[in-house]
Amino acid sequence: MITDTPDILIVGAGPAGLAAAVEAAGRGASVRVVDENTRPGGQLLKQTHKFFGSERHFAGTRGVDIGAKLIQEAREHGVDIWLETPVVGVFDGLVVMAVKQERLLGFRPRCTVFATGAGENAAAFPGWTLPGVITAGAAQTFVNVHRVPVGERAVVVGSGNVGLIVAYQLMQAGIDVVAIVEALPNIGGWGVHAAKVRRLGIPILPRHTIKEARGDSHVDQVVIQQIDERFRPVAGTEKLLEVDTVCLAVGMTPRTRLAEMAGCRLANVPALGGKVPVHSLGMETSVTGLYVAGDVSGIEEASTAIEEGKLAGLSAASALGLVERGEYEERLGSYIEALNELRSGPFGVERRRAKDDVVRSYEQTGT
Amino acid sequence: MAQSIEDKREIAMTKAEGRRIHQHPVLGPLEYAEECTIIVDSTPLRARQGEPILATLLAYGIRATRRTEKRGEPRGLFCGIGLCTDCMVTVNGTPNVRSCVTPVEAGMVISTGAGES
Repeated sequence: MITDTPDILIVGAGPAGLAAAVEAAGRGASVRVVDENTRPGGQLLKQTHKFFGSERHFAGTRGVDIGAKLIQEAREHGVDIWLETPVVGVFDGLVVMAVKQERLLGFRPRCTVFATGAGENAAAFPGWTLPGVITAGAAQTFVNVHRVPVGERAVVVGSGNVGLIVAYQLMQAGIDVVAIVEALPNIGGWGVHAAKVRRLGIPILPRHTIKEARGDSHVDQVVIQQIDERFRPVAGTEKLLEVDTVCLAVGMTPRTRLAEMAGCRLANVPALGGKVPVHSLGMETSVTGLYVAGDVSGIEEASTAIEEGKLAGLSAASALGLVERGEYEERLGSYIEALNELRSGPFGVERRRAKDDVVRSYEQTGT
Repeated sequence: MAQSIEDKREIAMTKAEGRRIHQHPVLGPLEYAEECTIIVDSTPLRARQGEPILATLLAYGIRATRRTEKRGEPRGLFCGIGLCTDCMVTVNGTPNVRSCVTPVEAGMVISTGAGES
C-alpha cells in the first residue's frame, strides 16, 4: 500500500532533518519530511540561548531563530513537511509506514534519512516518579514553547551544558533555581554557561546527588547529599531543599528504533550516548540508501546535527545522480571540515574520536 | 482515588485564567492565541488554542495527570515530547492519551486520575 514515492524521505524535522532537506532539495531532489510533532524545528524551538562557534555555525544566533531560518529555507526549496505524522514501521525495500490523521501512509522513497534525534535519560531515586520530577527538555518545552510554569522553585541535576542552560532558562521564566547538583567532582559544561548561572547566584554543587524527592501528589521537598569519589553517599551531609521541581539533565540516548527496524548495524559507543548506527563519512548506514544525521547517530549539538544533515542530504542527492563527482568530493570535504571544527577543544575531541571509530567500524565490515 | 478530591481543590485555588509566562526577556510577550474551554474533571478551564492539554493543566496547577492502577501513585509531566507516556489522561472517553503532545480542542472532556488500562 504505497501512497507516496518521493526521491528522498526524511524522518524528523529537527536541525538535522531540515538541513538534509534543504541540501537535497537545493540539488533538485523531491523531498518529503515527516515529523510526529505539531510544528517543525525539533529541539531548536526551545533554545533561547545564543550559539557559539564560528559565523557559519550560527554563532551569536539563538536556537529558536536558527530553527525558524531552517524551516523557511526548506519551504523556499519546495520541501514538503508533513507534521503530526509519526512513522510506525519500516520494512525492507525500504518502505516506511506512517500515520496521518488516523490514515496509514506508505512511502517507498529512493533514499531515506533518519534524523530521529534522541530521548533524555532518567535518574532513579526514591520519589523520582512524582509529578515535578521532569527532564530538562520537558522544562524547556513547557516554559519556552508553551509558556507555562513547570513549578516555582527547582533544583537541577547535572551540570553539563544542558543542565546549566536549563537552569538559566528557568530563571529567565521566573522560576527560582536553588541549586545545580553534579555527581562528578567537576562542572560538566562550558565555563561561559557556568559563569552565567553563577552570576545569578545559583550554587553549583559538585559531588552531590539527590537522595530523595518527597511529596504526596507532587514534589514538595528534595533531600540532596554529598557523595564520595566512589559515588557513595556521605552520611550526615543531607540538606533539605524546599522545591517543587527537579530537572534532570543527565544525558541523552539516540533514538535508534527505526534504524534498528530497518536492519542497520549498530555499535555501542558510550561517548556518543549508547548504541548508534554505524555510518560512512557521508552518513550512509549499513543499509544501502538509508542515511542518518544528528543525535540519532550520536549525541552532540544542534550545530553538528545541521552539518551532518547537510552531509546526509548531499550523499543522498549524489546517490540519485544529482551531484557531479567533483562537486560531491568538494562539498563532502567542506562539511567534514566544518564538523571537525565543531568537534575540537576539550569537549569535542572525544566526540571526534568516537565518530571516527563509528566510520572505521562501518568501513571495516562494509555493508 | 481519594487524592482526586485534593486535585480538584487545587483547581479551585488557582486563578480563573491560569498561570502563564506572560513576559519573557528573550522571547518577548506571550503571543495572542484564541481561547477555548475544556472540561477537566468536571471543571471548565480556559485553554489556548493549539496548546497541548498538559499546558492547560499546568497553567492551572494540575500536576498529577493520572494515578497508577495498582498503587494509585500520581504521575505527570516527565519527558514532555510523547516518549515516556507518564502524562496520559482520558479524553472524551478515550483512555491513554498523551497530554503533553495532544493539542486541546474546544469542548474536550478530560479526566485525570485514571490508571493505565
